[in-house]
Amino acid sequence: MTDKARDAILQRLRNRQPGFDTPSQRVAIETPSWPMEARIAQFKSMLESVRAEVHVVEPENWTDCLKTLVAEKQINNLLYAKQGPLAEAIEAAWGDTLLPELVCDERPVDEWKEEIFFQTDAAVTSARAAIAETGSLVLWPDAFEPRTWSLVPPVHFVIVDGEKLYNTFAEVVEAEQWARQMPTNALLVSGPSKSADIQQTLAYGVHGPTELIVILKASS
Amino acid sequence: MAEQKRYPAKPKKAYFFATCLVDLLYPEAGLAGMQLIRREGVEVIFPQDQTCCGQPAWNSGYRDEAREVALRQLACFTDNYPIVVPSGSCAGMMRHHYPEMFRERADQASIEAFSSRVYELTEFLVHVLKIELKDLGKPIKVALHTSCSARREMGVADEHEALLKQLSKVELMTQARKEECCGFGGTFAVKQPAISAEMVSDKANAIADTGADLLVSGDCGCLMNIGGHLDYRDAAIEHRHIASFIWERTHATEG
Amino acid sequence: MQQRVDFHSRIEQALGNPQLKASLRSAMDGLMANRKACFPDADALEALRLRGAQIRANALSKLPQLLLQLEQRCTQNGIRVHWAESVDEANGIVLGIMREHQAELLIKGKSMVSEEMDLNRFLEAQGIECLESDLGEYILQLAGEPPSHIVAPAIHKTRQDIARLFKEKFPDIPYSDDVDTLTRNARGILRKKFYAASAGLSGVNFAVAESGTLCLVENEGNGRMCTTVPPVHIAVTGIEKVVEKLAHVPPLLKLLTRSATGQHITTYFNMISGPRRTGEKDGPKEVHLVLLDNGRSRIYEDNELVNTLRCIRCGACMNHCPIYTRIGGHAYGTTIPGPIGSILEPQKAGLDNLGELPVASTLCGACAEVCPVRIPIPTLLNRLRYERIRSDHDGATHGQGSGRTRKEAAIWKAWSWLHRSPVRYRLALTLATRLRKILPLGLGPWTRVRKPPRIAAKNLHRRAREEGFNDR
Repeated sequence: MTDKARDAILQRLRNRQPGFDTPSQRVAIETPSWPMEARIAQFKSMLESVRAEVHVVEPENWTDCLKTLVAEKQINNLLYAKQGPLAEAIEAAWGDTLLPELVCDERPVDEWKEEIFFQTDAAVTSARAAIAETGSLVLWPDAFEPRTWSLVPPVHFVIVDGEKLYNTFAEVVEAEQWARQMPTNALLVSGPSKSADIQQTLAYGVHGPTELIVILKASS
Repeated sequence: MAEQKRYPAKPKKAYFFATCLVDLLYPEAGLAGMQLIRREGVEVIFPQDQTCCGQPAWNSGYRDEAREVALRQLACFTDNYPIVVPSGSCAGMMRHHYPEMFRERADQASIEAFSSRVYELTEFLVHVLKIELKDLGKPIKVALHTSCSARREMGVADEHEALLKQLSKVELMTQARKEECCGFGGTFAVKQPAISAEMVSDKANAIADTGADLLVSGDCGCLMNIGGHLDYRDAAIEHRHIASFIWERTHATEG
Repeated sequence: MQQRVDFHSRIEQALGNPQLKASLRSAMDGLMANRKACFPDADALEALRLRGAQIRANALSKLPQLLLQLEQRCTQNGIRVHWAESVDEANGIVLGIMREHQAELLIKGKSMVSEEMDLNRFLEAQGIECLESDLGEYILQLAGEPPSHIVAPAIHKTRQDIARLFKEKFPDIPYSDDVDTLTRNARGILRKKFYAASAGLSGVNFAVAESGTLCLVENEGNGRMCTTVPPVHIAVTGIEKVVEKLAHVPPLLKLLTRSATGQHITTYFNMISGPRRTGEKDGPKEVHLVLLDNGRSRIYEDNELVNTLRCIRCGACMNHCPIYTRIGGHAYGTTIPGPIGSILEPQKAGLDNLGELPVASTLCGACAEVCPVRIPIPTLLNRLRYERIRSDHDGATHGQGSGRTRKEAAIWKAWSWLHRSPVRYRLALTLATRLRKILPLGLGPWTRVRKPPRIAAKNLHRRAREEGFNDR
């Protein structure tokens, strides 16, 4: 069925009237470009406008910030990637028994779905990059920091390096040559999960995290 | 979206295209438009062979019938003078749809030359004649409804406003959702009377809420619709074509 | 004819519902204001819209090549590509995949193409449960209604309507009309379903040919759930949704979210380029892409009508449409309502079925003014009006000529006869002026809510002569 359909569809598409031209006129689109300080300010204000938290910290202080936040929010357990880019720093900083239990389950998620769906309070992941214009985090989930971690637990902490803060999405796609190397899943995350489906009233935490907390590492 | 149009210097002569609604129902508006142009020192020519731009048939899908009528208009305005139209809707038809109407059918260059000579009246007064108005009337509150074609097709909403703002005793009131269509839409009002009634009633409410004494519009279709509805309600709001209004307020009557 | 009757009765019904009127008005006012706030610079907006139009027109101009490229890249990435000429074929493909996995629960993200397929009803008749997970769609599924807006599907309902619906369907959950509580309750119910579902379905906002990437725009996270948690992900899309390059995505995304809801970006932008790879701990093990034609290739043949297919489904045309705002989405009786629906749906279902839709417009142009890819909607409405009544059917559009009536054609013939002759026209003018006191002007529907206009004592032809305006 599908081959027959394929051929028939393509055949019809090739039968079109001649003379349908692509508009060739070049359009110059102004793209914003901010110096770093303003870029951070833009990033922060965009995310805060959709009720995300942004903490800008000195690079060496991010674990302190994380520790303070998990304590404040009374997180009981925190999912982290034992083999991920944040592991070393997190493990070195933990140790205090008052802090939430660090959890890392390296099995496929299907095998501990119950725990991640119903028993995990929060996850911390890295971000590949960030975008100032729209206040977005660029996530490329992988074997260590799987897709569900940024989706299923009610609170998501994201650690992002200020040096990877781009102006625009277009800039990221070009600078990182995405066309050559798309991962199975690439994500822009720009706030906690939300909906306005009931009478145009915003509600947070519909299916994804209710809280998105960003720690941006930047030297002043 | 209206393209950026380059305007010529003030001409010696200009054609006037009445539009069929003005001709039959609002001749004073057409006459006021012609008098305003004449007062600026331009000779106005009114070809007696003109009828209708063809829009009613065109918008109903009767393209051949529309073309037959449009062809007659092309024959009426052959000299290289501007063609001034006291309606955004009919001007839009002649400027933007004539080239489309005759695509691959007639001499495209001559159709385009014709269309580029078409001006909506307020556009012509503001940009070509650079008219300066002296208000002789009493203070009045006025609401302006700019037709959708004047606003979007011809892009002359600002020109409508600019003229009214030149009148020192006129307080221009702004109704809520002023950009929204009044529900006329030619045959739409008859084919979808219930929706049209809802739209015109909302529009009349918005205008009444401003406390305006008078409704002004540059298009007789809208005027007939909203004004007709205001009259039906016995609302104390008069309605007038923008040309009539401007002429009445700036024309010194003897005695 | 049936459709005509239905359309009119649905319009009457909508207009007679004051609560619907109030809901729509406030929702549309909000959406319009949000969009406006997102595009503060008119010139920048126009440049971006032009770019959006170019990207979509470029993709359409190369559509067959791009579809082949998309198929090739997706296949290389491990996505299985299926082609369907009709809704029946597409439904059959989805059913086949479900059967292959003995899957009993399909959890769905928002997809207008699945609405077009009437997939839920089809699969449920086959004993497969389909569950909508977008909050608005879920509410409508509970209510047994189709969406009334493509972006805000339950926009016609108040929170009290929704609260009563939840109470009726879930008597154990205490009644609440608080939006946060309602949302939390839905989260709890649906979370268990995401957990249990054996397959997830989504639509596609953009399918990128060069990389074989399926892009999804959403705020809630249900789209991510559907495409991440179940072992099988099925994406359904119309063949027109392809774009050439990844670099074309950022401008379109910007236009889409800002035009739709006035958001600078949605919470999630999800780009899927394949099933889980070896070593990855989650993500679907299989990803399927169903490419649906269902009349699109026919629209594609015409150089003017093809522009219908540029649409990126933002819904801005309906948000700004004075008619949609009065009657709501359900009155249209089509999958896609509003201005874009009024050009798209009659081309698919035939002008003999939906020919009334292009007529039901004032051609005010508000839709074209905001369309992020500059679809000339009024021009296309006008074209379809012509197709509907033309007498020389060339068969290019479904239902051509079906709306032509002898009476109407005769009226326009007479109109033309009168207006193409200056002599006849002037005679008619004089006659009308003479008889102005007794002529019945604008009787019928016009005068139901309006005073009829008055014919002037002297027409302008005469006044012009009297006032000394030259004829040439």
